[in-house]
Amino acid sequence: MNESTSQLIYTLQLADNALILGHRISEWCGHGPVLEQDIALTNTALDHLGQARSFYQHAAEQFNLMPVEVKKQQFVSPALQQKIDKGESLDEDDLAYLRDGWDFRNVLLVEQPNKDWAYTVVRSFFADVFNFYFYKELQKSKDAALAAIAEKSLKEVTYHLRWSSEWMIRLGDGTEESHERMQTALNERWAYSGELFEMSAADKAMAEAGIGVDVATIKPLWDAHVDGILQEATLEKPANKWMQSGGKDGRHSEHLGYILAELQFMQRAYPNMEW
Amino acid sequence: MTVHSFQQHFDEKIDNDVAIEPRDWMPDDYRKTLIRQISQHAHSEIVGMLPEGNWITRAPSLRRKAVLLAKVQDEGGHGLYLYSAAETLGITRDEMYDQLHTGKAKYSSIFNYPTLTWADMGAIGWLVDGAAIMNQVPLCRTSYGPYARAMVRVCKEESFHQRQGYEIMMALANGTDVQKKLAQDALNRWWWPSIMMFGPPDDNSPNTAQSMRWRIKRFTNDELRQKFIDVTVEQAKLIGLTVPDPDLKWNEERGHYDYGAIDWTEFWDVVKGNGPCNKERLETRKKAWEEGAWVRDAALAYSKKRKARKENKKDNLAA
Repeated sequence: MNESTSQLIYTLQLADNALILGHRISEWCGHGPVLEQDIALTNTALDHLGQARSFYQHAAEQFNLMPVEVKKQQFVSPALQQKIDKGESLDEDDLAYLRDGWDFRNVLLVEQPNKDWAYTVVRSFFADVFNFYFYKELQKSKDAALAAIAEKSLKEVTYHLRWSSEWMIRLGDGTEESHERMQTALNERWAYSGELFEMSAADKAMAEAGIGVDVATIKPLWDAHVDGILQEATLEKPANKWMQSGGKDGRHSEHLGYILAELQFMQRAYPNMEW
Repeated sequence: MTVHSFQQHFDEKIDNDVAIEPRDWMPDDYRKTLIRQISQHAHSEIVGMLPEGNWITRAPSLRRKAVLLAKVQDEGGHGLYLYSAAETLGITRDEMYDQLHTGKAKYSSIFNYPTLTWADMGAIGWLVDGAAIMNQVPLCRTSYGPYARAMVRVCKEESFHQRQGYEIMMALANGTDVQKKLAQDALNRWWWPSIMMFGPPDDNSPNTAQSMRWRIKRFTNDELRQKFIDVTVEQAKLIGLTVPDPDLKWNEERGHYDYGAIDWTEFWDVVKGNGPCNKERLETRKKAWEEGAWVRDAALAYSKKRKARKENKKDNLAA
């Protein structure tokens, strides 16, 4: 893998994480437990979607600069191959709507179903703590576009982190029922937290080039923040060490296929149109 | 002051366009009418999130998805302002929800129609929000202060919604044959329910006269409907779509469009609960509310605990 390919994949990892998490959160819109929270969560979905768009636009720019033979090796999608054959350039929508699951690079955590408010809060919490420290580091990227997106996103993520940390505490230390639901969700989702710190080939290459973040450096910060909140929330840190993985390499859970079937429906059913 | 002079004072304010405020004396029926109207309006915003929420995960481009999310979020916000305005009249949000969930309170019947294609996002913005604006702009000057002020904010955002809807329709109408077909199909399905949104004709609208007297309402249902039709027919023409009314014709003498007979049987059927999605919409709202109960309980329990801990701390410091 050469550096430009690594950089493209790296950018797509970030874009896919934001898109899929935003998609899941947007499923709550109109169904939240309290109107104020419905509105707050929809706002968060919008933030993630906005971040995804910035990353996809940046990825598309990188892709469009590649030589044709390199372009052809990037994605399996027949729809994208056709565009490449025709000499068309790609945009944010092509990348979001025309790749199949094996070309998606998001971590498994973000594609996990909402289930209930507890599962949703735990999933967001894991991601928000990670994103907070991650974007802080990414601001130093040698890729000016990535650094700029990180700076803008950090403001949003700071709010997300406050929101999910508060809900962890409120529900963990709320009623007996909410405590139990939170502990269950925490136990169930714990195995999806490890992949956040796995270094894919693209992660390694980009960290070395000073473009990406060495996520190993974030792990202790993530642990410390999570430990602090769990303690305040009177929740127990799960003991299991076994972690799920595969998303960063395009091996996903069964859930992603259904997300994409829904997300990509219009572009698949009515291809090559302007909306 | 006697009740009579309270009434006189109130009438003078109404006649002089002085806003009625929460602490002012008002006739019971005025209060009841407002609670009914404002809560119905708030419920419409909240139930109205559902038909459009349907398409958030399926929007055809990331830009459209972002705009739709923002729009549906705005509707939640409108619900919030309106519930707050209604609360100033002495009813709680929980009581209003209960009235919605038990079917005692109504919401706009338009949301009992299904959103079958992406073009429906265009049609709802253009027609449904367009009709809502016609209804709502006069409400910015309605006699009850908190309602009028809430409506000023609502109307600003609604005009953005109407534009985004029309823009979706325009993109479809300028698109491929199948996109034009999507647009026309959506107009066909949403046209009649949209013009029914203004409510029954004036000769069959029992609340209109009193509401006009109280300056809650400023125009009759038929006046607003006519205004909407006159504007919207021209907008349809502009993008090459056909309004599905064979009797639609410009009347030079009246300076308005004449339009065909509205099927009021359908309107009353849907109001009574027999629309395509009445059951689903209500069930969805109830489900969200019931499944959220443990979250609300926990939030309340936690805030009580926190308060108690703070007080304990204060006591300890004092001792």
